[in-house]
Amino acid sequence: MQIYLPIAEMSVNVFLLLGMGGGVGFLSGLFGVGGGFLMTPLLIFIGVPPAVAVGTEANQIVASSVSGVLAHWRRGNVDFKMGFVLLLGGFAGSTLGVMLFSFLRGVGQIDLVISLSYVIFLGIIGALMFLEGVRAMRRRKSAAAQRRKLHQHTWIHGLPLKMRFRRSKLYISALMPLSIGFLVGVLSAIMGVGGGFIMVPAMIYLLGMPTSVVIGTSLFQIIFVTANVTFLQAYANQTVDVVLALLLLTGAVIGAQFGARAGARLQGEELRVLLALMVLAVCAKLFYDLLVTPGDLYSIGITR
Amino acid sequence: MNRRLIRFALLSVALLSLTASSRADTLVADLSQHLVGITTGFAGADVLLFGAVEGHGDVVVVTRGPDRPAVMHRKSRILGVWVNTASMTFDRVPSFYGIASSRPLEEIAPATVLARHEMGVEHLRLDLARAKASPNVAAEWRAGLLRNFQRAGLYAGSVRNVTFLGNRLFRTRISLPANVPTGIYQVQVFLLQDGRIVSAQTTPLSVSKIGGEAVVFDFAYSRPATYGLIAIALALVAGWLAHLIFRKA
Repeated sequence: MQIYLPIAEMSVNVFLLLGMGGGVGFLSGLFGVGGGFLMTPLLIFIGVPPAVAVGTEANQIVASSVSGVLAHWRRGNVDFKMGFVLLLGGFAGSTLGVMLFSFLRGVGQIDLVISLSYVIFLGIIGALMFLEGVRAMRRRKSAAAQRRKLHQHTWIHGLPLKMRFRRSKLYISALMPLSIGFLVGVLSAIMGVGGGFIMVPAMIYLLGMPTSVVIGTSLFQIIFVTANVTFLQAYANQTVDVVLALLLLTGAVIGAQFGARAGARLQGEELRVLLALMVLAVCAKLFYDLLVTPGDLYSIGITR
Repeated sequence: MNRRLIRFALLSVALLSLTASSRADTLVADLSQHLVGITTGFAGADVLLFGAVEGHGDVVVVTRGPDRPAVMHRKSRILGVWVNTASMTFDRVPSFYGIASSRPLEEIAPATVLARHEMGVEHLRLDLARAKASPNVAAEWRAGLLRNFQRAGLYAGSVRNVTFLGNRLFRTRISLPANVPTGIYQVQVFLLQDGRIVSAQTTPLSVSKIGGEAVVFDFAYSRPATYGLIAIALALVAGWLAHLIFRKA
């Protein structure tokens, strides 16, 4: 059954979209990630214009983050104060990101920048996660884990504008979460992701937040940042396809349920290594496409 | 149903041409529909063109989408990565081009005639905005543009057949792909005798989004801010609903 997507201006099989939503939803439920970093490249692979893929995916992430954050909120795992500081930076970053996006689209470089951002960030995050997971698996086999300090004091703690975050048991400079929020906001707008896969490690390793509040807080701020991206992409570029977003999220909601159930049966470290391998596979595919000689050196650009 | 439609159409054309024969008209043609609506289930459309000619001759049918500017990019390798490094703007390029003829084009008319009336993809006049491109560079850009449009299914890869029924009635099919651009198309029908055009007729064909698709598209472009807010509201509600369902399960 074909459906014509009004903004993407193409005809796609409904079941392909539901299946993609379901598949990515399953993986996101399994690994506890947003899945934007898988869905946006997939949409581009099936021929959705990159600009529409990014704008629409931001819209879908709003929905999946809302359903995720509600569950965490009920368990009290959201640090709202930290969330607000992060999203202040996120708002500024994503606004700049959308402006950058419009500019790059005009000069015909947006596809390259999207691909390069994916290759760089997926490469780094995937490699780090893989090493960390393998090390954790080995540690579990060899000896009992040693106690870690709550956090280490570094130059980060010397920055001005200190704030107390009770829920996270932190007393740190607001500049850190602001700038992390800003960076992730820019990436969110350009890559069509929530940025959880960068935000979560940054919160754990750079800010030293307790793992229990990391996911909930990250989801909380992702809602606002992706909502901002959705609005600005719709306003400036007209690249948000609500029909596509609704189809994807229908599949994603169902897939995520099965994924979460399957995830409960797997070990944390194994999951992390699996996720890392998947991230690296997407990275490798995108990198390969940049290196291999294209079938046609000439391509059609955007005219307005 | 289609077969009956064709028979009816041909009959009406035959009657039409009988009454018209007293005048100087030597060519009559019409489309099975003048509006192609892009609806939710749109996956491309076929439009039937039928007509009648007076006397012998060959028929060529050219379908053109509205002219638009087109930007082309060319990639080259920088540090091992393929990057768009050059771009060129064509001022006016038909957004769709289809062609059909009753015999191979080169047997029907000399190249000069084909070129004058832009018959065949290779004869399309594509104006390069920048005159500084040397002729062979311009030819490469042109070839690149044609390849891209052909790959997208928007320019004819081959010449379709115009079929004659007897020696007066003819018909052909205009195939529009799912990614067809919207706008007013011009369907030009030419009658050629001994390599010269003796009669021509142009019929408009409108391709537009209708129904829900049109509402969403128009809204996204005419009220982008409201559209953005509605998109966010939909996502919030959908996320909340998903949470409720998930909690019960």
